[in-house]
Amino acid sequence: MRVLAAMSGGVDSAVAAARAVAAGHEVVGVHLALSRDERGTTARASRSPRGRGCCTADDARDARRSADVLGIPFYVWDLSERFAADVVEDFVAEYAAGRTPNPCVRCNEKVKFSALLDRALALGFDALATGHYARVVAGLDGPELHRARDAAKDQSYVLSVLPPERVARALLPLGDAEAKHEVRSEARERGLAVADKPDSHDICFVPDGDTRTWLSARIPRRRGAVVDTAGRVVGDHGGAVGFTVGQRRGLRLGEPAADGRPRYVVATSVADNTVTVGAAEDLDVDVVAAGGVTWCGPAPRRGDALGAQLRAHGAEIGCVLVAAPGPGDDSLRVRLGTPARGVAAGQTLALYDGTRVVGSATVTGARPDRSR
Amino acid sequence: MTAYLDHAATTPMLPEAVAAMSEQLSFGGNASSLHTSGRRARRVVEESREQVADALGCRAGEVVLTGGGTEADNLAVKGLFWSRRAADPRRTRVLASAVEHHAVLDAVEWLGEHEGAEVVWLPVDAVGRVDVDALRAELAAGAGTTALVSVMWANNEVGTVQPVAEVVAAAAEHGVPVHSDAVQAVGALDVDFAASGLDALTVSGHKIGGPLGAGALLLRRGVDLEPVLHGGGQERGVRSGTLDAPSVAALGTAAQVTVARRPAEAARLAELRDALVAALRDRVPEVVVRGDPDPAGRLPGIAHVTVPGCEGDSLLYLLDARGVECSTGSACRAGVPEPSHVLAAMGVPPHEARGALRFSLGHTSTGADVAALAAAVGPVVERARTAGLTTARTA
Repeated sequence: MRVLAAMSGGVDSAVAAARAVAAGHEVVGVHLALSRDERGTTARASRSPRGRGCCTADDARDARRSADVLGIPFYVWDLSERFAADVVEDFVAEYAAGRTPNPCVRCNEKVKFSALLDRALALGFDALATGHYARVVAGLDGPELHRARDAAKDQSYVLSVLPPERVARALLPLGDAEAKHEVRSEARERGLAVADKPDSHDICFVPDGDTRTWLSARIPRRRGAVVDTAGRVVGDHGGAVGFTVGQRRGLRLGEPAADGRPRYVVATSVADNTVTVGAAEDLDVDVVAAGGVTWCGPAPRRGDALGAQLRAHGAEIGCVLVAAPGPGDDSLRVRLGTPARGVAAGQTLALYDGTRVVGSATVTGARPDRSR
Repeated sequence: MTAYLDHAATTPMLPEAVAAMSEQLSFGGNASSLHTSGRRARRVVEESREQVADALGCRAGEVVLTGGGTEADNLAVKGLFWSRRAADPRRTRVLASAVEHHAVLDAVEWLGEHEGAEVVWLPVDAVGRVDVDALRAELAAGAGTTALVSVMWANNEVGTVQPVAEVVAAAAEHGVPVHSDAVQAVGALDVDFAASGLDALTVSGHKIGGPLGAGALLLRRGVDLEPVLHGGGQERGVRSGTLDAPSVAALGTAAQVTVARRPAEAARLAELRDALVAALRDRVPEVVVRGDPDPAGRLPGIAHVTVPGCEGDSLLYLLDARGVECSTGSACRAGVPEPSHVLAAMGVPPHEARGALRFSLGHTSTGADVAALAAAVGPVVERARTAGLTTARTA
């Protein structure tokens, strides 16, 4: 196959490319330039120093060095306009609307497995290889997306937005890796200098990892009240935007709770500019509603027992699909077997059947099960 | 088999230059030392300097050897600015064409950002030729406050030759010094420093069949220049640093050989370039050829085109995969071709500029290279068009 390997400059995508080469594919490496500086041109190291992220000049150089070692052609493609519009602006707009988006999910949906994959296919490639820890497995109805063998590293969650025709074009050589250290030692054996490069964690376009400060420069804020679940004002905040359900830090409440227990954000309202705080158990929800469903393969039916994952590294919770999308409707509802703590609108709900990714939807609401 | 059509980026060293450099690499010697080894190195350097001077119509004493074209451009722009301002603090304006290479462009911008220079970018017409009337108007408005003028001899992206003689004449009326980046012109056009009336002219080794990392600033006798590099005081204090005798030997040889061959070689390349453009037009009728349609107004070996509906880096990849090496023409930042400031200055809309390709011919180019491009380009453009302008916003 002709394979385009997306190379971020990190160890995972370098080893993924190496495995694609070793498997006998004709591989071309590509690094995506995603960030732009103030002048609207692609960031240059000397003018916009950025110590981290997935798109710095250093990362491009690391990716290029890995491609050199693998002996494959390498290019840098500028997808910064798409990234700015579909990921960064979307991220800001979602927060401004009081939701909590996952930009990595959005990037896979709109940039890597959309703009990049479309271009790769048009240019004559058969597949796009990435360093995600997930597996594409041949199933009866076509390729299926599954969790990685190493559950600790599994990243199928951020790929759960891919429809079947996109899954079919994904080559995920790290899905069978035993563990991260195996990937690092393989990188060392292959002479890849990125073998010991630290993993990236934070949002790549937020330079110092301080998302709230970054957002506050982009979304107008006004002071408002922090209230408890009974509606009593217990403090104030600099703007409801940027607070996330489940958040504990940064509340700065003057007086402690009557029972002295920690308080969490249990709800935010951008419309009323209020932040509601409560005890940990006030965060517990059993029923999650979500919209914008994408199925990765065959659609499940109402009443099916599935697994639900609500965060990139969150635990899977058993659930039942209590409302499935109907004609002209792309929303669903699941009832969780055990309560989940701190579910915010905007989060991605990924659904599993065993290790198979069934699909995903964007959380629109969550509540305790009153029938219980 | 690779068809190398990117000689404007760098051209292979001439065998004569390789021989001259190899010979010198086996000797030691610091050209500044007073002993026998030093004298030997010094002699090589001076003979090579004379070769450069001889080839380009200047005196040996006017050749300041540098570590390349970028350094020479920085030395000219910053050095002239500093010395002119030191002589008269009112002289803070820099007039430069909007289509300069980044080595001039960014040096001028730096002066604006860090040295309080008032920068005036001189506009160009649709083929990329600088507007001399605009220059005259700027000089008339403030000759006493102008530190220098910098206008390249010929443009590295679209190949348009600049009216250097007119620029020099206009500036001379006001006694303002003129620098010209002639990196692309030397070896392709008749470059005679004395006849040009320029005060400073940039030469690069690796664009003329010489080595990478070697170049020169031709600096008219009597022109005062503040150094950028301070140190051992070599090159009469204008450019410190131990002279690289092997590279200088190769630079001198390349200058001599390339300039001597120029008339025949330029005619050969012009013919090849016309064949290349004809092949492109035949295979891809919608290509737009940029630069001056008049052969007298452009470099003989550069063909710059834009391909509607295609992304430059898709075209580059697809051609590379078929063994055809070329460039989008504009500078790269971390591997990404920047939107071309040259095409923008020429008034080319951004969506058209994205499909830019520059083919540049040189001493190793043959009809086989053109044939390879002709064979590849049709399917490449078809495929690149399918890929489309994917980086454009979808909304």
